[in-house]
Amino acid sequence: MYLSRLTLSHFRSHKLARLEVDSRPVAIYGPNGAGKTNLIEAVSLFSPGRGLRRASAAEMARRPEAVGWKIAGLVHGAGEPHEVEFTSEAGAARVVQVDGKSASQVQLGQIARAVWLVPAMDRLWIEGAEGRRRFLDRVTLSFAPDHAQLSLDYEKAMRERNRLLKEQVRDAHWYKALELQMARAGARIDANRRDALERLRAAQEGAETAFPVAELEMVQSEGAMPEGEADLLAALQESRFRDLAAGRTLVGPHRSDVYGVFAAKGVPAAECSTGEQKALLISLILANARALSSEIGAIPILLLDEVAAHLDAGRRAALYDEICALGAQAWMTGTGPELFAELGGRAQVVEVDQDGSLRQL
Amino acid sequence: MSGTDEIERLIELMSRLPGLGPRSARRAVLHLIRKRALLLKPLAQSMQVVADTARECLNCGNVGTSDICALCEDEGRANGLLCVVEDVADLWAMERANVFKGRYHVLGGTLSALDGIGPDDLRIPQLKQRITAEAVSEVVLALNATIDGQTTAHYIADQLEGTVTLTSLAQGVPIGGELDYLDDGTITAALNARKPL
Ligand SMILES: Nc1ncnc2c1ncn2[C@@H]1O[C@H](COP(=O)(O)OP(=O)(O)OP(=O)(O)O)[C@@H](O)[C@H]1O
Ligand SMILES: [Mg+2]
Ligand SMILES: [Zn+2]
Repeated sequence: MYLSRLTLSHFRSHKLARLEVDSRPVAIYGPNGAGKTNLIEAVSLFSPGRGLRRASAAEMARRPEAVGWKIAGLVHGAGEPHEVEFTSEAGAARVVQVDGKSASQVQLGQIARAVWLVPAMDRLWIEGAEGRRRFLDRVTLSFAPDHAQLSLDYEKAMRERNRLLKEQVRDAHWYKALELQMARAGARIDANRRDALERLRAAQEGAETAFPVAELEMVQSEGAMPEGEADLLAALQESRFRDLAAGRTLVGPHRSDVYGVFAAKGVPAAECSTGEQKALLISLILANARALSSEIGAIPILLLDEVAAHLDAGRRAALYDEICALGAQAWMTGTGPELFAELGGRAQVVEVDQDGSLRQL
Repeated sequence: MSGTDEIERLIELMSRLPGLGPRSARRAVLHLIRKRALLLKPLAQSMQVVADTARECLNCGNVGTSDICALCEDEGRANGLLCVVEDVADLWAMERANVFKGRYHVLGGTLSALDGIGPDDLRIPQLKQRITAEAVSEVVLALNATIDGQTTAHYIADQLEGTVTLTSLAQGVPIGGELDYLDDGTITAALNARKPL
């Protein structure tokens, strides 16, 4: 799938920006602060979710005027292209329209999908579990559309339970009512995650790639993750006493983490070099795209923000070769055109000026 | 702007009604004034009467104009079925669909630790009393498919287990969907296909 037309109006730093592109990769370069990441953030909204910065609609409104913004694009997939439009009026949540009719996030997901890599993920392997869990959940969501709702349900029930714990409420029926729901959602969250990891593994295994295979394993920050609804329910009930002392829930999928290993070397990802860590992430993103394409029958759009920066020339060329072999419309950013030299005519190039204006070369 | 302070005040009050904004309130008030004899006066009288008499049924929590509502007075409805709903709007939605022939019990909300609403803030103790007092054989938990709604359903089910048959509305209630927003056909289907909890 690919975008052929993109129009931004009062979105972030862009007062008005228009692009016409084809299905080839799009290389975007320009100085710091020119508006490159803003551009691909706009593209990321075509995929269900909050976009690559997880920002609110209000944050996306161009300052200082804050008059409401609009993004429009033409999405090409299997059948006829679809006109997709996002609008946000005066800080209100964004409204999605597909072919002139308002559409849900689920409907949007049937039309466009994107996977991305942003510099904020560079520290994924060395920072806290939360970032890795979020990464895993985004990959999982790309395969399991129900994952977002399950996560919301689980979180909601857990926050309720945590409040009971904090207030030292002793009503066992109340705990049980919440634990039943946590177990139901939690077990499915866990199963979805395991399934996603298995798909990533299979997609890496089968692929011809210059990027190192990342072996991923789900681990618990403490103890083991109970498997299945019944076991999780029992574990929650068993944990009540301990949880009362801690003032929060100590067992469940919110305590899961992902342990990554550079497979060929047998070295934990956290101990790899900066460039190697990036290469592992790229490997996973490409695997996600491949696995997703066999699932939905189209290659998702790739968004690679400043991905060239940490890669040596050889790895960079390998990445571009793989993107082209995959046939993905990859939107890539960098500070100068030399970072995209290895792409040659296989990509279209967009220059962003300091003032944000776009020039297609 | 339009009219006097008194009319402005009416518009301002009307605009606080659910479904009305300042613009539609303005239009409604203008309409009422134009239909003074036909609409405005009867409306004002009717509102006065309801303001004086409306109250919650002491037995079920329904809103009526007497201490015990018409549904609870109706012996024909004492058929052993009791439908538990979150609020009066849900009861009225069920009645509109005209399929349920038993009695109701309005909880007046859902359990929510985060909002500080516990079992004692809802009509849960009264519910237990009614089970024996009214010889209830089946409790239909028609609570919303939200987390709070389902927590409340599980909570009640857990306490009534073994004393009555417990059922819940079947398919047709959308996730996070509120009963009040369902059409009559959907409510009928959900009730007819109710399932054991
Ligand atoms: N809502 C907004 N309204 C106006 N400007 C904004 C808004 N949000 C972000 N900006 C500004 O947009 C500018 C461009 O941001 P962006 O992240 O796209 O830059 P970039 O081209 O990716 O730069 P870099 O090379 O440093 O990553 C920044 O100066 C930022 O402050
Ligand atoms: Mg940037
Ligand atoms: Zn009554």
